[in-house]
Amino acid sequence: MKNLSGFTALLKKELTIYFAGPIFYITGFFFLVLAGYFFYTNLLYYGLISLQAAQQASNPQVAAQMNPQMLVYRPLYQVLAIILIFLVPLLTMRLLAEEKRSGTWELLFTYPLTDWSIILGKFGAVLLVYLVFLAFTLSFSVAFSFMTQVDWGAMAAGYLGMVLLGASCLALGLFASSLTENQIIAGVVGFALLLLLWIIGWVQELASGPVGKTMQFLSLLDHYENFTKGVINTRDLVYSVSFTFFFLFLTKRQLESRRWRA
Amino acid sequence: MEMMIEVQDLSKFYGPLLAVNHLGFQVAAGEIVGFLGPNGAGKTTTLKMLAGFLAPTSGTARINGFDCVSHSLEVRRSLGYLPENVSIYPDLTVSQFLRFAARAKGVEAKEETGECQRVMAACGLGEVEGKLVAALSKGYRQRLGLAQALLNRPPVLILDEPTIGLDPSQIVEIRSLIKNLEGSHTVMLSSHILPEVSQLCHRVIIINRGQIVASDTPENLSRQMGHGSRISLTVKGPEAQVTAALQALPGVGRVASFGEGRYLVEGGNGKDLRPELARLLVQQGFDLLELKSQEFSLEDVFLNLVTEEES
Repeated sequence: MKNLSGFTALLKKELTIYFAGPIFYITGFFFLVLAGYFFYTNLLYYGLISLQAAQQASNPQVAAQMNPQMLVYRPLYQVLAIILIFLVPLLTMRLLAEEKRSGTWELLFTYPLTDWSIILGKFGAVLLVYLVFLAFTLSFSVAFSFMTQVDWGAMAAGYLGMVLLGASCLALGLFASSLTENQIIAGVVGFALLLLLWIIGWVQELASGPVGKTMQFLSLLDHYENFTKGVINTRDLVYSVSFTFFFLFLTKRQLESRRWRA
Repeated sequence: MEMMIEVQDLSKFYGPLLAVNHLGFQVAAGEIVGFLGPNGAGKTTTLKMLAGFLAPTSGTARINGFDCVSHSLEVRRSLGYLPENVSIYPDLTVSQFLRFAARAKGVEAKEETGECQRVMAACGLGEVEGKLVAALSKGYRQRLGLAQALLNRPPVLILDEPTIGLDPSQIVEIRSLIKNLEGSHTVMLSSHILPEVSQLCHRVIIINRGQIVASDTPENLSRQMGHGSRISLTVKGPEAQVTAALQALPGVGRVASFGEGRYLVEGGNGKDLRPELARLLVQQGFDLLELKSQEFSLEDVFLNLVTEEES
């Protein structure tokens, strides 16, 4: 119970700081502008080719692709994932680096809080902020559902993918923030690591055999792909959860090192 | 007597630099102990190790019976810590920060408001309750730092320069606040202001270059330092004759004249010279206007010990 109260205290403090500063509003604003823009253009494109498809004699191959999931949502998820790479370091770079730089960690680390309650409190806060952004994008689909039939099940799988991908990226960003007392460095390191883990799967086309396969398994992009099609695969679930936990664990080790590094 | 702070052989290296060198001392429950030393003597480093923020290179420190390294969490539960130049989240308001600190320090949800009100009243923060920490003056920020240390009534308080940055009237308030903690809390405070330490503390530990050079009550320290007594006199009469008469008295070490009839007599053997001096001067027909025993101040002790060490 004591640990839980530390966790909620930290969660509340971090959220208060997010809502008091400009980062939350600026990143949220541009995230939603970009998401809205891509949803809108995807929709226009979908409208255009459905019209063409209707004019032509029905082609079974084209018809299979002719649904909102494949032509509106999937490209949207793909674009949002790329936006995430830029967005996440902006949200996470402050979390631990700023505590160190400003010296507030001297109080934080002398309060009777476990390392886990500090890490989970901070991670929980930034995850909630991201969920708030995502929740706003649901309004697109609600509006869309008045015009056509939306496959809510497939959409839910896509959103689950977005949440899991977000959690993975945020955990990595938090770890980057624990490495330094400079927010810019934390941001750059977070961005570089995310980009690397993103494109690492491309190697598969160059390196064949087990190396290429391994690289592909490590790639964030590859595991996200299934979710965008509306498919929930346990392999992808396990990957996201262990990826998140792995980076939270590294953060904990990094915080602990403060105590034994003499 | 129960020992709340026990330090044994504590050392800390910063790279090749030895900041704290085999320090050892104990603080009993209810004691207020002052920690003195010139800049860079290792005061802050020692206090940070006690608070569990820094790991010692070797040696042990125990607070409330718990080891600062292996039982860090228990130590932090029994501790209120005010860091040197405390920094507090600038984006939070005073009451938001105190609520956070109260919950983080394990205050129950239903007692949170009352506990925050208590420490705000104790530190005079009522009027800035809704202000952002960023907008606070140095003095208020320092008081807020002290307020958070008092949350949840920890048995041990570690205060690193608690009155720095405060104006004189605030200093008096904070001192009386600390004085009120006497008995119920064990307090260890570091300070540059020597009169403050002699007023507040039962015991003073003086360190220099990471080592203890003296540890005693302020009174004992000044007594040891004097190696005897110092008496200031004001006498009406010809200077040369008075000086000669004073010098002739057995037991008198040194006589200094400051003009206008003022003299300073230092006794060599610790005997109280005042009755004999008074008798002597009256017998010789001089007018004795003033006679006062002068204690060595903590400043003298401090400067003496620190310079002795360096020479």
